Amino acid sequence: MATAEGVVLEARGITKTFGNHTALKGVDISLRRGEVHALLGENGAGKSTLIKILTGAYTPDAGVISLDGQPVSFATPQQAQALGIGTVYQEVNLLPNMTVSDNLFIGRQPSAFGLVNRSATDDLARKVLSQYGLDIDVRAELSTYSVAIQQIVAIARAVELSGKVLILDEPTASLDRHEVDKLFEIIRTLKSRGLAIVFITHFLDQVFELSDRVTVLRNGFRIGSEPVAALDRTGLVRMMLGKDLVHHHNGPVEGEPDGGDLLMSVRQLGLTGSVQPLDLDIRKGEVVGVAGLLGSGRTEMARLMFGIDVADSGALHIDGESRVVRSAREAVSLGFGFCPEDRKADGIFGDLSVRENIVIAMQARLGWFRALNRDEQLEIAGNFIEALDIRTASAELPVKLLSGGNQQKVILARWLATDPRFLILDEPTRGIDVGAHAEIVRMISRLREDGLALVVISSELDEIVSYSSRVVVMRDRALVAELHGADITPARIVQAIAGQGVEGAA
Amino acid sequence: MKRLHLSDIARPQLLALACILLLNWLVFPGFFTVTWQDGRLFGSLIDVINRGAPVAILAVGMTAIIATRGVDLSVGAVMAVAGAVAATAAVVGQPLIVTLLGALLVGLACGLWNGALVAFLGMQPFVATLVLMVAGRGLAQLITEGSIVTFSDPALIFVGTGSLLGLPMPAVIALVLMIAAHLVMRRTAMGLFVEAIGTNRSAASYTGLRTRTVILTLYAFGGLCAALAGVIAAADIRGADANNAGLWLELDAILAVVIGGTSLMGGRFSIPMSVLGAVIIQAMNTGILVSGLPPEFNLIVKASVIILILVMQSDRIGELVSRRFARLKLRGKS
Repeated sequence: MATAEGVVLEARGITKTFGNHTALKGVDISLRRGEVHALLGENGAGKSTLIKILTGAYTPDAGVISLDGQPVSFATPQQAQALGIGTVYQEVNLLPNMTVSDNLFIGRQPSAFGLVNRSATDDLARKVLSQYGLDIDVRAELSTYSVAIQQIVAIARAVELSGKVLILDEPTASLDRHEVDKLFEIIRTLKSRGLAIVFITHFLDQVFELSDRVTVLRNGFRIGSEPVAALDRTGLVRMMLGKDLVHHHNGPVEGEPDGGDLLMSVRQLGLTGSVQPLDLDIRKGEVVGVAGLLGSGRTEMARLMFGIDVADSGALHIDGESRVVRSAREAVSLGFGFCPEDRKADGIFGDLSVRENIVIAMQARLGWFRALNRDEQLEIAGNFIEALDIRTASAELPVKLLSGGNQQKVILARWLATDPRFLILDEPTRGIDVGAHAEIVRMISRLREDGLALVVISSELDEIVSYSSRVVVMRDRALVAELHGADITPARIVQAIAGQGVEGAA
Repeated sequence: MKRLHLSDIARPQLLALACILLLNWLVFPGFFTVTWQDGRLFGSLIDVINRGAPVAILAVGMTAIIATRGVDLSVGAVMAVAGAVAATAAVVGQPLIVTLLGALLVGLACGLWNGALVAFLGMQPFVATLVLMVAGRGLAQLITEGSIVTFSDPALIFVGTGSLLGLPMPAVIALVLMIAAHLVMRRTAMGLFVEAIGTNRSAASYTGLRTRTVILTLYAFGGLCAALAGVIAAADIRGADANNAGLWLELDAILAVVIGGTSLMGGRFSIPMSVLGAVIIQAMNTGILVSGLPPEFNLIVKASVIILILVMQSDRIGELVSRRFARLKLRGKS
């Protein structure tokens, strides 16, 4: 191929397993000189593992990496850097309490007789940064500058150090529109200088604005590498979410639309920089599915409703009152429950027993003085272990020893024990084996039939379609669509996520 | 409700205590001799629980704090403050109840200060309590006006040197406090809340727990315990020494908790085991004293024993040992 000429870095058949979890399976990627290559995929798709392999932080179990046609292997990020591959992570990992020029040149300052030549370093720093259109005091501490400038300094450092391949991991996540434009300008300059740039983002607009080619990963597989020009938004979302739009097996949930009694109305609820004000009615006996890509604001919306973050606009109207939920405690007292996305960080108490994990929310609601005694706790835990079919050798086993699916059921049991009227489930089936997956989906339907109101966030469109009475779609931190009845199909959801509501509706 | 298993008794801490007591007996054959004189018990063993009481009381308060991944470095200084308050009150002729209440309230205030810094301002416990560790001694010196305030109020002195049912008063106080704190933790939901916060604070707040209030309460209780220990220490020497009262005892208290098996990474805890840790530390101190070894050895021997106990508790060592065993078993089979 003619284009193969321009290939700087190429990886073939990259496979990486952690324990019994395969993060990457035979993934290929090639980066060409002077191109911006977007790397896309949902959480757990394998993006960060691939990046870590390309930069020497991990060693692959199988596969070859070649640089300029020569096979290479690097044991450390330093080696990868020396060979020309530089990375800028989402959280800028520079030294905030040192000066800008120190950050640029630390470890390789111009020196004489073992002493650092300060003014030479500073001059050099000014010269380097001027290429990026940055005229700042290089002797000031890095932390005195905005994230955008810190990011540019990080990019400058990476380019100075390596100079062939630059990997940018979600560089725009914490920048405003103006800063993003500035950054893109710099990326285009670097591209014209012949660098191969890998660009990871969750914003589809940016992919189309900046990239030349796209590689999509899903569940550790490479779904495809395409020139951006050959793709439209719907096609891209389809690749990311893995929707085969031809057959649509699960019909929407039957039963009267908008049938149940209104539980609460969310009105203009929002938080600056997190979620734009949104309206949503939630009824008893109804599952509201929430679809959207990572970073679309879907989790942020849930956090607002549950009081983990406090809204700065709007309110919930419930029980004839209008209120802003200011803490999880307040949400729990309203009869809400929340199974968070990151089970390990925000959900389970790993070292505590299954019993304690199940009774904790109920006990927190009762207060410290009205303690459930051990027999009561065992009875409650036992009931839920049976009802939800939690596979554990005993109620006294530390919950961390259970499988992901069973841990999820434990957290569900924790909330069901508080007799809630409204449950938010954020990615309830992520990282769960197939069997438990189906059980959780069935459980969601059963809870709905029992009259609970549920909001379920998921990237699995089939799943959302199978249990939702209504689907709302989030994009760019805003609620952009609400689908009812026959409109609840993976195809329509994908279109709504991609922001192409009319196209292809026929 | 609770049955006692062999594994509950054969804890490494109890084995360690038994070893130390045995060693003490070897170097000082009269170690286990306990005599009855003037309506109270005397002997080295009694001395261990009497001298160990202040650290045991500090450890009672420290345990739950450490279980939430915190630490309170200020307890030694708070002892000095409370001792100074008690001594000053006794000198001006206040009755025992006022003296005690005054000292305890000051300790409570110190604990609330620490707790507010940690729970509401989100400061790191190490730094937050370092403030009072330093400032507390200054405060105590201000109260005593730089001198050692001595007193002769027999009621206050009784708290440090008297006896009840033949047992020294400090040990009785420590025992009652330990049982009370243990019951509050285990018969109410407080213990579960503490362990939940220590295991995963984020998850704890998602369940609707008042994590900050719980943490504030624990530091307040820690301050109260420190004040109690401070009053005992002052009553024991019939005076308040702002410079030396409780000096470095915060480290002994932390050590007692760690020896008792509560991890500095938070989570599971046991107050009685922490008290046992305090007794182990004191048994070593007393042993070195009665053996006639120069007291300089005390620190080194203490350090060695501590390393030994911590190594026994270390997960990695446990893993290594069990892997070794597994390999031996495999070899035996093949």
